[in-house]
Amino acid sequence: MGNLLEHMGIERDRIHFSWISSAEATKFVDVVKEISNKVRALGPNKKLVKDYN
Amino acid sequence: MDTCIQKIREIAFQLLDKKEVEKVIGFSNGTIPMATSPITIASKQDTEKLVFNSTCGLNLANYIRQQKGKIAVIAKGCDSRNIVTHIIENQVKRDQVYIIGVPCNGMINKSKIKSLFEDEIQKFEEDGDSLIIESSSKKEKLKKNDYLRENCRLCQHRNPVIYDVLAGDLVKEQIIDVPYPDVEKIAALEADARWIHFQDLTKNCIRCYACRNACPLCYCPTCFVDESGPQWVGKGQDKTDINTFHFLRAFHCAGRCTDCGACAEACPMDINVRDFTRKLNKDTFDMFGWEAGLDLTKRPPLDAYSPDDPNDFIK
Repeated sequence: MGNLLEHMGIERDRIHFSWISSAEATKFVDVVKEISNKVRALGPNKKLVKDYN
Repeated sequence: MDTCIQKIREIAFQLLDKKEVEKVIGFSNGTIPMATSPITIASKQDTEKLVFNSTCGLNLANYIRQQKGKIAVIAKGCDSRNIVTHIIENQVKRDQVYIIGVPCNGMINKSKIKSLFEDEIQKFEEDGDSLIIESSSKKEKLKKNDYLRENCRLCQHRNPVIYDVLAGDLVKEQIIDVPYPDVEKIAALEADARWIHFQDLTKNCIRCYACRNACPLCYCPTCFVDESGPQWVGKGQDKTDINTFHFLRAFHCAGRCTDCGACAEACPMDINVRDFTRKLNKDTFDMFGWEAGLDLTKRPPLDAYSPDDPNDFIK
């Protein structure tokens, strides 16, 4: 799924997959930090966003 | 290919005469030239209606589900692979279908031929490797190989992989060195250019769902686009909804698509929706060495777990 989104032109760093147990709080924090840093670096997403105006 | 129609009619006649099957699913001439359409025949007198030529681009595996009694179906290479997929996915039992295999030399790209004519085509004839096409203003004799559909040009499974009887001699399989040139061409572009490519591709989509309806893989009782609670995707012409539909439709075909080309064949707007599914076909081949519908004994890659599955996408 990530590959097809990337093929369609969605930046790879916007798509993340992870498996985190409810007991893995630190892993959750690390993954979320990593995701937000990567997405922040890319800036706002303009693709596949519905314009309701 | 035109010689095998006599054989197909003969087999169909025998099957119906001996009451071995209740129906035969095949192609018949449509109302206009080059528009062969699927037909179900239940009486042996009607077997004359069956035709088979290079315009039979739809996939008959789409019509074998939910049939009562034994049915016979005419299957090209790709159709037979979709029958295998149906059997694997428990949509039909092997002993319920009698497969009349037809080795295939490829189907023709009708839009490419239509674009040669300014007026309506009135006559289509096939003679071996050449096509004779007439409109009221001109007559063209074309070489069939120059007008093959893209998926047929790159096809590596022209012979049926499963059949009860063959209606013609097996043909030589093509060996294609670069099986996915189209996918590689898109992949070589920058992310924004890829996005623009898919925007341009789908801009004429009218959401008629002909691609979905022609596809033998799309048999969900309620398709995600038709569901209203929850409504997964908007129903209008919004480009985001159009993209979501095409993206998810393709994704539902991952590891199952045989690139039969029925989706693109059915599209009234000539959108090559295969640009989506081909990427997934390439991925499943690269990652799992999998091509759909070749083996009744193997589970599809998205259906089975193996410790060797590539998992670098997940943290």
